[in-house]
Amino acid sequence: MLTVFIVTSGTFFLVRLLPGNPVDTYIQTQIAQTGISYEAAAAQAKNLFSLDPNAPLIQQYLTYMGNLLHGDFGNSALSPGTTVASVIKTYLPWTLFSVGVATVIAFIIGIAAGMTMAYRRETWLDHLLTSIGALLHAIPNYILAILIVVFLGVKLQWFNLTEARGSYTPGVHPSFSLAFLNDIFYHATLPILAYTLTTVGSWALVMKSSTVETLGEDYVTVARARGLSDSRIRNGYVGRNAVLPLFSQLAVSLGFVVGGSIFVEKIFGYQGIGFSLFNAVNGRDYAVLQGIFLVVTISVVAANLLADILYSRLDPRIRVQGKG
Amino acid sequence: MTEATIPVAAVGTTGVSRFAGILSSLRRSPAGFIGFVLVALLVLISAIGPFFTPEVAPNVKEILLPAGSPGHLLGTDNEGKDVLVQMIAGGRTVIFVGFVAAAISTVLAIVLGSLAAYLGGWVDSVVVTLADVFLTVPQIVLLAVLGAFFKLDSPVLLALLVGALSWPVLTRAVRAQVFSLKEREFVEAARLLDLGTPRVVFVEILPNMASFILMNFMIGVTNAIYQLVGLYLLGLAPLTGSNWGIMLNRAWIAGAIFNDNSLAWILSPIVAIVLLLLGLVMMTRSLEEILNPRLRDR
Repeated sequence: MLTVFIVTSGTFFLVRLLPGNPVDTYIQTQIAQTGISYEAAAAQAKNLFSLDPNAPLIQQYLTYMGNLLHGDFGNSALSPGTTVASVIKTYLPWTLFSVGVATVIAFIIGIAAGMTMAYRRETWLDHLLTSIGALLHAIPNYILAILIVVFLGVKLQWFNLTEARGSYTPGVHPSFSLAFLNDIFYHATLPILAYTLTTVGSWALVMKSSTVETLGEDYVTVARARGLSDSRIRNGYVGRNAVLPLFSQLAVSLGFVVGGSIFVEKIFGYQGIGFSLFNAVNGRDYAVLQGIFLVVTISVVAANLLADILYSRLDPRIRVQGKG
Repeated sequence: MTEATIPVAAVGTTGVSRFAGILSSLRRSPAGFIGFVLVALLVLISAIGPFFTPEVAPNVKEILLPAGSPGHLLGTDNEGKDVLVQMIAGGRTVIFVGFVAAAISTVLAIVLGSLAAYLGGWVDSVVVTLADVFLTVPQIVLLAVLGAFFKLDSPVLLALLVGALSWPVLTRAVRAQVFSLKEREFVEAARLLDLGTPRVVFVEILPNMASFILMNFMIGVTNAIYQLVGLYLLGLAPLTGSNWGIMLNRAWIAGAIFNDNSLAWILSPIVAIVLLLLGLVMMTRSLEEILNPRLRDR
């Protein structure tokens, strides 16, 4: 909660420190275009925007925070009449969807690959998977996105890049039908592929070291001595305990992937929050910017909280000790 | 990776011999050595290469030549500039910003992290809260906003900005390490001798974390390069001068992906960036194995 508060306030003042001011720009354009007086233009601006650039900063801040408490994010500075909330409502679900699906896929594959690597240490399979993991881990998501576009899109023609732009085909009405679901996945496949490939390597490598460490724990030795079956040791003892530390990293990785969505979504033309953020930055739409910033921050905080809860549910030791 | 590696020198050796020890251990791990050679090679080419290649000048008669054309090994771009020459010249900014940014954030992290752990109390709470806040804000988003609004056309300013935003992760790690180190006998002794906080922290405690810090420095370089090139690619950092990120941006916007002749143009900065990052990651990973004996003994 404190973090959200500090970040919100920080963003508010940061955005106001930035050069340029959308209201002034608007007033100037109105005067130049329609020849109305400054007062008239300022009055129009006052109606359109929920902020008055001449008001004392602290008063603006209190108004903004007060509105926020009522769930009012203000209006877009670029497209009058559009609320920031509606921008976020239109774009955020697509990012959460693509990033979420990719994270789940990458997490599962990464865990399986990591355990395989740890169990077959120093075999060719381990070396191969480790190299692939290190390579994928090293390549930035936007570079993978470009490579996907070049090879899967242009060279092999597996995907029609122009059709796959956007988060669903224009004209198709969102509904809970199979056709729409199919359409959504068609548009999200490439972003999901990019996110999955960029994160699966680090999951695998982290899982490998976690498994190797767990394999050396005394309780594993004891389990072996008791003559428990290999599969029981693998799933019940090693796997369970090796996965645990990864959950605390889930939230961090989620924040990272959401931040990285600005690159991936721009490259594929996928209309999620990263795409709209890019537009807001380019258009200096700082009301939208502030809103997106806030929402992304809240998502990361929420993800952290969720990971904490999940972690304590899965790890009884934390439950006993209280907050680790 | 099968050979035995020298364990990190024990407590009490000087920073210099420790650093030499790290390098010799790196050489014993094939992956780490390849990584080291890759990075050194790319740094060397970027540093001295441009002195031996001609200035890139637009040449309207030789637009979008394919790779392998006579005189243009990697072809030319949409202005007739040689791609290979651009590739050699393009590493400077990227590598410079990466290393300077990582150096800034490493120094910040060491100072803040060790002081927080050593002094404790309100200093500790302030640093931890600040780190939490900075960790929550997605850096790339913040960088994109700041970079676009402030038109940071000087690499030094960009490096400062990237470095100033990326200290929190390492700060927390340093804090945890110092917490455990400050209970050791030799630190206790130094404190009893009343050597003063700066001396105890920077002379007694920090040298014991040299390899740990070096590893995190390399991770910092990788992250800074990731962010920097990404900003250039989207045109969120001013596109003045020439570097791998700007090459990518121009090739992408010009639609180089759709023309077979210009594939080398867009792929060459990609290959350069990937090789550099791969080299850094390989070095970091083998250092990690050296630092964490549990990873290799079983």
